[in-house]
Amino acid sequence: MSPQLAGTRTGPKGGRTVRIYFMGKAYDVPKGLTIMKALEYIGYRFIRGVGCRGGFCGACAVAYRLPGEYRLRTALACQTTVEDGMYIALLPYSPMEKPKYNIEEMRAEAGYILKIFPEISRCVSCNSCTKACPQELEVMDAIQSILRGDIRKAAELIFDCISCGLCSIRCPAEIRHMYVFQLVRRMTGKYILPRAKHLEKRIEEIKEGKFDTEIEKLMKMSIEELKRLYSERDIEKA
Amino acid sequence: MIVMRCINMVEGYPPEMRKAIKIVEETREERLKKKYRRLSLEEREQLVRKWHPDYRPDTKRALRIGPSKGTIVYNEVADILESWPIVDPEEIDLSKIDYDVDILIIGGGGAATAAALWSLYEGVDPDSIIVATKLRFGDANTVKAQGGIQAADRPEDSPVRHYLDTIGGGHFANKPELVRALVMDAPFIIKWLEDLGMMFDKTGEGEMIEYSGGGASRRRLHCARDYTGLEIMRVIKDEALNKGVHVLEFSPAIELLTDPDTGAVSGAILWNLETQEYVVVRSKVTILATGGFGRLHLAGFPTTNHYGATADGLVLAYRVGAALRDMDTAQFHPTGVAYPEAILGELITEKCRSLGAQLVNANGELFIYELEPRDVVASAIIRECAEGRGILTPTGVCGVWLDLPMIDMIRGPGTLKRTLPAMYRQFIRHGIDITVDPVLTYPTLHYQNGGIAINVHAQVLNPMDEPIPGLLAAGEITGGVHGRNRLMGNSLLDILVFGRRAGLTAAKLVKEKSNKPKISFKHLKKYTEELRAYNIPRDRKAPVILPDYRGNPDYRGRNPFLKILRISI
Repeated sequence: MSPQLAGTRTGPKGGRTVRIYFMGKAYDVPKGLTIMKALEYIGYRFIRGVGCRGGFCGACAVAYRLPGEYRLRTALACQTTVEDGMYIALLPYSPMEKPKYNIEEMRAEAGYILKIFPEISRCVSCNSCTKACPQELEVMDAIQSILRGDIRKAAELIFDCISCGLCSIRCPAEIRHMYVFQLVRRMTGKYILPRAKHLEKRIEEIKEGKFDTEIEKLMKMSIEELKRLYSERDIEKA
Repeated sequence: MIVMRCINMVEGYPPEMRKAIKIVEETREERLKKKYRRLSLEEREQLVRKWHPDYRPDTKRALRIGPSKGTIVYNEVADILESWPIVDPEEIDLSKIDYDVDILIIGGGGAATAAALWSLYEGVDPDSIIVATKLRFGDANTVKAQGGIQAADRPEDSPVRHYLDTIGGGHFANKPELVRALVMDAPFIIKWLEDLGMMFDKTGEGEMIEYSGGGASRRRLHCARDYTGLEIMRVIKDEALNKGVHVLEFSPAIELLTDPDTGAVSGAILWNLETQEYVVVRSKVTILATGGFGRLHLAGFPTTNHYGATADGLVLAYRVGAALRDMDTAQFHPTGVAYPEAILGELITEKCRSLGAQLVNANGELFIYELEPRDVVASAIIRECAEGRGILTPTGVCGVWLDLPMIDMIRGPGTLKRTLPAMYRQFIRHGIDITVDPVLTYPTLHYQNGGIAINVHAQVLNPMDEPIPGLLAAGEITGGVHGRNRLMGNSLLDILVFGRRAGLTAAKLVKEKSNKPKISFKHLKKYTEELRAYNIPRDRKAPVILPDYRGNPDYRGRNPFLKILRISI
């Protein structure tokens, strides 16, 4: 049974509110607020389950249900606006140990991943992870790509992962996705993507002291001279 | 009611805004052929002086107490620097040390992590390092940096150019030796990240795909889609955890400790946010990497910053005698979200403009060259709105259009979704498809340009330019690297260049110091005497630790029914 709202505290009038349920109580909050701002509106001061507030850090994972729906939905509190009848729970952490490894001692092969995360072979392709992802990434496809040995494909699929842990909470194979994906991305960056040759060359030039004299000249220059140089410098097309 | 509302909204925008978008669409074809001209240095200066919040007379005041007494800072900064400590020294038992380490790193973002890693590389034992941070490890502005990281590594470019761009963007107020360190270390930092396995955007041959940022004369922004900061943070965090770095999460520092004999910083008091117990840490070297002041909402602006950006380290450093510089300037990012309300103030990356999106006023006109330095573009947007050429949202927020659909028109269909996935996601969640529609923007508080003074070794300086023993700092908390205005892509670089330098210096100092320091609150004596002399109200306390939005969600709207009662059980 839903908690009832105690009478008078109805907030703005005229249908500009929605009713949400949190921690066993009902609240009317203005429409258009994110879940995070709605909880602040009703008096919560976050000390966990909050981070960047912009959809990048994955700290504010929530689970909720909507009225008349059996489905357990997942989202980020800072990115999702409140809806009428929303029943909300915060999930600030997904419990999992981060395994330690030495990236230098690996190659971009699935075997290295399976050695650390053998549980990925238990994936039954149920797609619960994909459904849970607030970034709408193809999480299950990424796990399956690893099992097929396509590390690069997996890395591309889950590059936008923000490590909220919602997929792992839903996974019947108990996969620690965020750490699997971290390893997959680093393997790709280190062993699959080609190295930037122009970078190596520039580093050599700096080591040889090629720019020292010129920079020292600028460091000693008067502001008037610097301003002139700055105004006259050519600008590459964007 | 909800259904009615949906009918009223047309693809995420209310009808009145939809009408305004028509003008943007009608002028797009013509504008595709045009660019606004670049301003001269004098024109820039005039524009900024007239419209930038830095020059509003009501936003700032002179500090009355502390080492940089008389310095002009924003009111909200003066409030926290002229504040009583949270801790009452009488209530804290310093004879019981909870953690006795060589290096204490305060902060959990890019600068803190780089410092930890580079002190490890120099041979410091991971068991003698503690990283203490107020939220989770990695919760910092670093993960929100979308645009990229600058490094002059293309043959057409050089560190000398990078130097000139940076110092010009900073209004020639930057500290030259810090800028030199920034630009000369830059390619090494990119190489380090590449070696760690960061997935930079590259061509098939390994060439970095580099974009131009505002105020830069060459394309030198290295990216990882528009998740550049997140990718940097998660890679270096993963590496730090692999190396066994110890992290105390939800443990903000609330006061530094000093050796009563030498005045050296010798540790800190941490506060467990969950259990509210205090933790005494003694350290030979302390590194402040606590970031900036966005969540203080200077001049009433919304902010792009993460929840913990309350300038705690600034307060701590000031109380042990650190000098401040360029704290009378703040960076307002030109393009914050003005609509929808739910994400007000969040960042719309400058990369949108690098990719070709134009800024357009209510009349469908261009009014500034999009890649001027940030303070110049922000001033121009404020001017458009103040002079009636902005667009008003239903809740009374003013803004101008950023014409995002141009990106695919210039660079080919699919570019926007591929290069700006975070941005696309952020708006589609609110029903706005940015490949089809422009977005409304207004400047938002983004970055602390100035901060505590440091030297090239990341040592914190007092007003006489002498290092304060035992105290280092890196990243947004420091001043001098960016002068009075930071360029896009220079902050991700700053945190890694100076985080690394702090780590190297810390390792060196630890090897030199064999004796354990003493710990005390001696530095607070003089400070609190001054507070008393100026009758600073007793209930004004700092550091702030976290903002308080109870009943007042993120600076918009207010809950008239909320009546908070504090009870200690």
